[in-house]
Amino acid sequence: MILADAGAPTTAKVVEQLEQEVEAGTVAADGEAVRERLIEILAEVAGNGRAPIDLSAEPAVLLMVGVNGTGKTTTIGKIAWHLARELGLSVILAAADTYRAAAAEQLAEWAQRAGAELVRAEAGADPGAVAFDAIEAARARGADVVIVDTAGRLHTQSDLMEELAKVRRVIGKQIPGAPHETLLSIDATTGQNGLRQAKVFAEAVEVDGVVLTKLDGTAKGGVVLGIADELGIPVKLIGTGETLEDLRPFDPADFARALLAD
Amino acid sequence: MFDQLSERLQATLSDVRSRGKLSEADVDAAMREIRLALLEADVNFKVVKGFTATVKERCLGAEVLESLNPGQQVVKIVNEELTALMGGAGRDLAFAASPPTVVLMAGLQGSGKTTACAKLARHLRESGHKDVALAACDVYRPAAVEQLVTVGERAGATVYEQGTDADPVEIAAWALERAREERRDVLIVDTAGRLHVDADLMDELARIRKRVKPHDVLLVVDAMTGQDAVGVAESFAEAAEFDGVVMTKLDGDARGGAALSVKAVTGKPILYASTGEKLEAFDRFHPDRMASRILGMGDVLSLIEKAEQQVDEQQALDLQEKLRKDRFTLEDFLQQMRQVRKLGPISGLLGMLPGMGAMKQLKNAEVDERELDRVEAIILSMTPQERANPGIIKGSRRKRIAAGSGTKVQHVNQLVKQFDQMRKLMRQMASGKMPDPQQLAAMSGGAPRPKVRRR
Repeated sequence: MILADAGAPTTAKVVEQLEQEVEAGTVAADGEAVRERLIEILAEVAGNGRAPIDLSAEPAVLLMVGVNGTGKTTTIGKIAWHLARELGLSVILAAADTYRAAAAEQLAEWAQRAGAELVRAEAGADPGAVAFDAIEAARARGADVVIVDTAGRLHTQSDLMEELAKVRRVIGKQIPGAPHETLLSIDATTGQNGLRQAKVFAEAVEVDGVVLTKLDGTAKGGVVLGIADELGIPVKLIGTGETLEDLRPFDPADFARALLAD
Repeated sequence: MFDQLSERLQATLSDVRSRGKLSEADVDAAMREIRLALLEADVNFKVVKGFTATVKERCLGAEVLESLNPGQQVVKIVNEELTALMGGAGRDLAFAASPPTVVLMAGLQGSGKTTACAKLARHLRESGHKDVALAACDVYRPAAVEQLVTVGERAGATVYEQGTDADPVEIAAWALERAREERRDVLIVDTAGRLHVDADLMDELARIRKRVKPHDVLLVVDAMTGQDAVGVAESFAEAAEFDGVVMTKLDGDARGGAALSVKAVTGKPILYASTGEKLEAFDRFHPDRMASRILGMGDVLSLIEKAEQQVDEQQALDLQEKLRKDRFTLEDFLQQMRQVRKLGPISGLLGMLPGMGAMKQLKNAEVDERELDRVEAIILSMTPQERANPGIIKGSRRKRIAAGSGTKVQHVNQLVKQFDQMRKLMRQMASGKMPDPQQLAAMSGGAPRPKVRRR
């Protein structure tokens, strides 16, 4: 579990529970039974706080946040594709990452691949203003979903976290209750720092769920166990590659099994 | 980044330091603390085992047990072993006998390669290698070429690209030809992020390498990577035989275990550290300084280097003259303050001062950058006359300055008063007198001045 980045506290907790159950006799003391029960416990922990993504509002607003390089923009492309092509919804992407070089161009490419529209501004523009414009456009055109991309930022940069909180406020003022879904992207290779990231981002913008990305590598993403257990924030989606189709709903049992596999 | 580890080690070792002699039990206790701290810092399990065994062996030797100050010896040993673990005394890129020197950048998706390419380009240009070119070989990630072109130009480098329809290996070869023709000093080849388990892309990397024969292959690693760092590094070592590592996003609070483990497992040193999103946030990695920083011995050398980069020598001589002749104005003060702020967030600089790591009160201290912003705004709202001679700032001028800077008249008053006291102090020092302690105390009272505030 340590090797899977589950962290010492979560590992100790799970192991203790398992030991107690074996001692109490509720789990047979043989390798196979213990392993199966461990998977069950891990699935329970991972499934804590589980809830579906709510896009019932019209328009529904989804806000994407996270540290630099975790896969926000690619994930937005995948979500947009699924909503537009598979569910036939009209989607608008807001290029509110006004900091990173060619960020809007990157999102524009994904918008094109996914069949979504794009709202952008010039580099250095206010991110809140881009979100605002995208939502206004959605209202005017009767679009179903707005997905807002934001610049990657380290949770240790308090001024940037404040900027993010401001973007959220702008959206909330425009449509009470929005954003309806705020997703935090976490790279599966991240170590214990992932828990720190989740804590600080949740303080700034009320994270509803995690997208665990780059699971097609060898990292297990065990850090989400701590995030679900301590913060009650569930993983809602997993990213398994760089193409549009590489996005799946999170399955706690599958995740638990993969965690222990070699 | 290593705050937690630093704290733990210091707590353990300050306990040891205060005793006269060490017993084996004492050493065991210290080793246990060190092991726990390193594991919590995401250091690879095997690496931790090896490290504590080595340290313990040295600690149990005559070197420590019979020394007059065993505690100090333990600190010295841990420092030395930590430095060795991360790569010894620091190293530079290998440069070609005849240009261009070719540097190949590789790594996982999102590790920060493209930004690192631009930063390295700027760093090399600053250190004398004037003509740097970049090759855009990421043809997969949307707008990757545009990103490199933008940041490359910002760094003052030429970018060779062929859009996204060409083959990366061919683009790299073509870029090398151009770099030779145009007599560039360095060619940095950016590549697409790739998984170490993606056979096709790892093969592509190997082919790029064969084609351009780089003098340096750098693996870019995100500092917040967990246990997976070791597996990734080993795979890239096998496929690309990299020479060194660039650690990115070191300005975060990740424990940094990946940094400690990579060298131990692959034998390759960390060459560069990227510490922020700005192009300037990039330095040579100094393992010895990093180890000292962990142990609370400060990183004064880095601080001095940063300061030297910012201060223009002629400006410094001019300032000296002004101080001597008591002609130091608010304008000068503004320039000085801006220079200090250019060194980076003050909270980061605090970490570089010796002993700061150990001071618990300062651990989560936050210099109120907004106070500094306020002081800057006030001075900027003054006319050049007012800055040169604050004595003329009365009544209506104060109101105007306060309104212009979005502050209150009392803030303007305090700044003028404080500046006046500072000038008196400097006059005293310039004339060789010892500063009056009461004056010093008076200067320290009241805003506006940077406040160190507990979070």
